[in-house]
Amino acid sequence: MTIAVKVMGLLVSFVARLVTGAQGHWKGCPPEALQRIYFANHQSHLDWVLIWAALPDDLRVRTRPIAARDYWTASKFKHWLTREVFNAVYVSRQRTDDQDPLEPLADALQNGDSLVIFPEGTRSNKGTPLPFKSGLYHLAEQFPGVQLVPVWIDNVQRVMPKGEVVPVPILCTATFGAPMQLQPGEDKRVFLERAREAVTALRPLVT
Amino acid sequence: MNALRSLGVEQQVALLFLILFGLLGLASIAVFVPTLRAQHSEQADPHLRQLRDLRALWIGTVVFWLSWISGPVGATLLFGVFSFLALREFITLAHTRRSDHRSLILAFFIVLPLQYVLVGLRSFDLFSVFIPVYVFLAIPVLSALAGDPERFLERNAKIQWGITVCVFGLSHAPALLLLEFPNYAGRGAFLLFFLVIVAASAQIVQELASRWLRRRPVARHIDRSFSYRAWAAGALAAALVGALLVWITPFRIWQAMLMGLVAGACGTLGEFVMKALKKDAGVRYWGNQSSVTGAVGLLDRVAPLCFAAPVFFHSVRWYSSLAA
Repeated sequence: MTIAVKVMGLLVSFVARLVTGAQGHWKGCPPEALQRIYFANHQSHLDWVLIWAALPDDLRVRTRPIAARDYWTASKFKHWLTREVFNAVYVSRQRTDDQDPLEPLADALQNGDSLVIFPEGTRSNKGTPLPFKSGLYHLAEQFPGVQLVPVWIDNVQRVMPKGEVVPVPILCTATFGAPMQLQPGEDKRVFLERAREAVTALRPLVT
Repeated sequence: MNALRSLGVEQQVALLFLILFGLLGLASIAVFVPTLRAQHSEQADPHLRQLRDLRALWIGTVVFWLSWISGPVGATLLFGVFSFLALREFITLAHTRRSDHRSLILAFFIVLPLQYVLVGLRSFDLFSVFIPVYVFLAIPVLSALAGDPERFLERNAKIQWGITVCVFGLSHAPALLLLEFPNYAGRGAFLLFFLVIVAASAQIVQELASRWLRRRPVARHIDRSFSYRAWAAGALAAALVGALLVWITPFRIWQAMLMGLVAGACGTLGEFVMKALKKDAGVRYWGNQSSVTGAVGLLDRVAPLCFAAPVFFHSVRWYSSLAA
């Protein structure tokens, strides 16, 4: 790791903490260095940065985001930031018949890394998460030993609403719930709905 | 006392901090030693609370000391950071809407730095009217330009109130440090110290008095312990402490009592108001515990200062214009 990467990492987490407080509330599990898939609601571009800043240092280096290859490798800086600082897993948004879109994620999990995914697939701002895409189910099926941790990210949409460029300082929280597993023989749709409910259940009552 | 007066200003201030840190050290030992013995018992709980309070005091004193040794620029910057954090917490609780975004950017990144620049430059006339006059117009204009009429007055009132408390109010603390006073040059730290001590004494005595007196609370739904008598006891204690501290101030003894009374009474009322605000925002926890919104509890800590500092500052300034 070069100095520039380290400085950039410190800078990003400092700014994230200054603007959002980046508080992690570990309600369902302690922040342990176990292999995990964190799945969270998705409301803003800052979601990943918030989870990343809320993680302790030793977990940060082994926890990787998913980045769209066409967007995040478009410029040199974006590519450097996602590759070196965040250690992102790149996926292609264009589907080709001969390649499984989950393959890069499976490779990362094989490698022993943890992942952060947003199973809604897109940003929502309706308060409740959209129905989950099936990627989470397939990963859970392939890697039964990896803990699935639901995460609720609160308040981020107020920091930077769609279309704005300057963030407003507002305190945000990432609440980590109890790990869940895919039950033997569980139906895909039932599992995805259960996962979505696990995320929604972490939402603070007073909003 | 005469030996003290013959010391230079710098030495007097250094002595002040030496005494302060010494007292804190003694208090820490006094609280810490029993916790070693009382482990695994139910008695440990109040001790833990005391330890937490002491930690807050330590942080406060260290911050105060840092703001003194770093000079006007450092003090201004330091309180600027506090303002930023307090305003961040306030806005989190205020549930602003999307269309408030531009107004909030103005508040955080333009109004706040400018107010502290004005403090640092000692332009106290503009500093006193910048937020109540100019920002008062700018915020609703920006808000109207955003084109959202829904709950317009409420949203703007919230933002203006937040700026007034967290930026305008708190910026009077470094202003005290920088206030030029006839025959009192360089002793601003004593004034700030005086304010903090009288406000803290009022708070502590009010708390104790409400426990002893067990009066019917005035506003049960806001604060279970606030009663007029406890509040008056706190204010009187502040007046007494003010009189005891008269030797570090430019005041005569009755003036020091009056200043202490005013600052103590305002500080505890400010805390009371902040409690009402947090109840309104739905925050159930108070102080250090993290709450549902993730508010960290800085706002409660600085609330007495936010409300007492402007009143104290302008009383002192008004008095100094009489004295000059």
